[in-house]
Amino acid sequence: MAKLKIALYWAASCGGCEIATLQIGERILKVAEAADIVFWPVAVDTKYADVEKMPDKSIDACLFNGAIRTSENEHMAKLLRQKSKLMIAYGSCAYEGCIPGLANFYNRQMIFDRAYIETPSTDNPHKIYPQTRVRVPEGELDLPEFYDTVKTLGQTVDVDYVVPGCPPEEKTTWLALEALVSGKLPPKGTVISHSVKAVCDECPRKKEEKKIKKFYRTYEIVPEPEKCLLEQGLLCCGIATRGGCGALCPQANMPCTGCYGPVEGVVDQGAHLLSAIASVIDSNDPDQIQKIVNDIVDPAGTFYRYSLPDSLLRRARIK
Amino acid sequence: MIDPITRLEGHGKIAIFLKDDGSVANVYFQVPELRGFEKFCEGRPAEDMPQITQRICGVCPEAHHMASTKALDDLFHVEPTSTAKKLRELFYSSFYVTDHTTHFYILAAPDFVVGPDAPPAERNIFGVIAKVGLELGGAVIRTRHENHWVIQTIGGRAVHPCFGLPGGVSKAITEEERVKIEEIAKRSVDFAKLSLKVFDDVVLKNKQYLDMILSDTYTHRTYYMGLVDEKNRVNFYDGKVRVVDPDGKEFCKYAPRDYLEHVAEHVEPWTYLKFPYLKKVGWKGFVDGKDSGVYRATPLSRLNAADGMATPLAQAEYEKMYSTLGGKPAHQTLATHWARLIELLYAAERMLELARDPEITSPNIRNIPTAIPDEGVGIVEAPRGTLTHHYITDERGVIKKVNLIVGTTNNYAAFYMSVKKAAEDFIKPGVKITEGLLNRIEMAWRPYDLCLACATHSLPGQMPLEVVIYDSQGNEIKRLSQGIA
Repeated sequence: MAKLKIALYWAASCGGCEIATLQIGERILKVAEAADIVFWPVAVDTKYADVEKMPDKSIDACLFNGAIRTSENEHMAKLLRQKSKLMIAYGSCAYEGCIPGLANFYNRQMIFDRAYIETPSTDNPHKIYPQTRVRVPEGELDLPEFYDTVKTLGQTVDVDYVVPGCPPEEKTTWLALEALVSGKLPPKGTVISHSVKAVCDECPRKKEEKKIKKFYRTYEIVPEPEKCLLEQGLLCCGIATRGGCGALCPQANMPCTGCYGPVEGVVDQGAHLLSAIASVIDSNDPDQIQKIVNDIVDPAGTFYRYSLPDSLLRRARIK
Repeated sequence: MIDPITRLEGHGKIAIFLKDDGSVANVYFQVPELRGFEKFCEGRPAEDMPQITQRICGVCPEAHHMASTKALDDLFHVEPTSTAKKLRELFYSSFYVTDHTTHFYILAAPDFVVGPDAPPAERNIFGVIAKVGLELGGAVIRTRHENHWVIQTIGGRAVHPCFGLPGGVSKAITEEERVKIEEIAKRSVDFAKLSLKVFDDVVLKNKQYLDMILSDTYTHRTYYMGLVDEKNRVNFYDGKVRVVDPDGKEFCKYAPRDYLEHVAEHVEPWTYLKFPYLKKVGWKGFVDGKDSGVYRATPLSRLNAADGMATPLAQAEYEKMYSTLGGKPAHQTLATHWARLIELLYAAERMLELARDPEITSPNIRNIPTAIPDEGVGIVEAPRGTLTHHYITDERGVIKKVNLIVGTTNNYAAFYMSVKKAAEDFIKPGVKITEGLLNRIEMAWRPYDLCLACATHSLPGQMPLEVVIYDSQGNEIKRLSQGIA
């Protein structure tokens, strides 16, 4: 059997997905037996020009991590889609925009102003901004365009599978690679994880009735060790977040922040979280409800922590 | 259509422009990305910042997590419990062991162990293992693997931990876990000692390599920055930032809160990354010396900026290094690899001390803040340089302003200068540009362990950088990439 050809690429991301890929340890040798890595900027010396020369659909699968932040990210997403039979959004940035997607609360000019003008350590008397094209004495230099809005991979090209997580846990990565290597692929569009249900489903904390009279910030209380964090008033997103991670954060006494994305069948994780949280508020008095809700200081940034670009909102409207 | 002359590839680009006679006209080191953390963190709950800002870099999330958590201590005016501080430092020491191990064996060692002129296909970790033996290769993998377990056990997750809170940490460790961590720390000390022996055997006993380390091409006289404890010894987790001048004299020593008096950042239009410099010296362009505000913040810089190491074995190695290099400060950029191994040993020794600390398993891991939050600064030494997080909040602890000066960024001017100098020294009229020659230019930036994910708050880890050389007509004549393996 001919070896599979796999490409890995990073767009706007942190590198955690590359580390996550390496976390599979010696099992990478199993992957190496079945597949050749034909493009992986972090590890394999193949140039963009070499990818351009590859025939269309000659790469069997591309694991693409990172969001679409710049013109270069977009160009590479389109190029790799053209060259690959399967396009896999690997990790939360490619899947739903993730933390870099929080930039959609603002726009390019606001980000540039903060980075290059306002920050207190910046010394920029002539108000110089980076330019997409600059004439220097020896020639011209260019930079990719920084877009106003962060997009997901799926909003840029057709995506076949998703591997969730920030980053995907080792076992989630392996589930995807094993499917790829064995050829036993799930139906197109599948989010590859050990669970289609919520994180709560795999969380060992004891759950009883959820009735919240007050929300607490993580620094305000020491939670009881075995009881559900949400029941103790901590804003745990596990209730509307896909499982598969093993509920690691709740086991470290910290609430789930939602990095595996929505549960199966839900499009908008933030809206789902909002309704789930609203339903556990223990009051019928509008004033009291308002008071309880006021303790959630950043609802949009909390419920859409990882999924703003992929949500129905996509971005904030800037006046 | 992207102009082929200036086309960017990968996540960083070095453009070398040649004159008509084939000598170097100028060099540009561009960083083509930005993500904007300093803006989009506005509006977020302050206590979420350790988990948000660590998404700047998946290679050193631990560093951002720690700097951010310390900024929260300051912001909420709360002192962490003694055990919490020790758990954070234990976690952080273990992280240093993994990070320095990765850099030395995967990125640096190929140049020395396999050789700078070896074909690229052999100049990688596999080539290193072929030279030094499978046993050491196994030890590299085991050290990394075991310490990732320590990171997950203390921090909650292996990549992007979740345990940092103002006033403490979220989770204590059990005695059973402590015993295992102590065993791992012991093996890490042995591994660090072995690594220094490999360096001694392979590099220091080879006159050609030693001459290369000492050569002018890889030397810059700059200021040096590093975090020190109350006795001016290297510390990664806490203390004051000390800067020494190119003669090794203390230039300043500042508490995190005062960083704005000492560091400023310069902007150029051809790159998304800013250039930090010492404010009191001033920005004089890409030049070294006492009159230029360019400083370095690397393993060698930290050793230069300190009076010694806080653990015995590392202190002995520290003394040995400076006697070999002819005293302090050492300006030889390539000696950064050596300094990194001494830091590896220190990190492992410190990890062992903390794993044996009777307080380390105490359940007393949190102080609950009671003051109104306002402003906080947190500084740690990231492996790639001094890392500063600065937050301002409203009275509810919601972020209003963020400023970040991040590991690799500190060194942007310096590594740009190092590359330029090496290019000017190696690319001469009539000299054929070979892979080995280009690798010697590449060796000028490798000691900085560039992590442009951190630098631009945008780019991933061990950077694949690219050098493109243009002739005087602007035609591309050669390309070279740095990869991880």
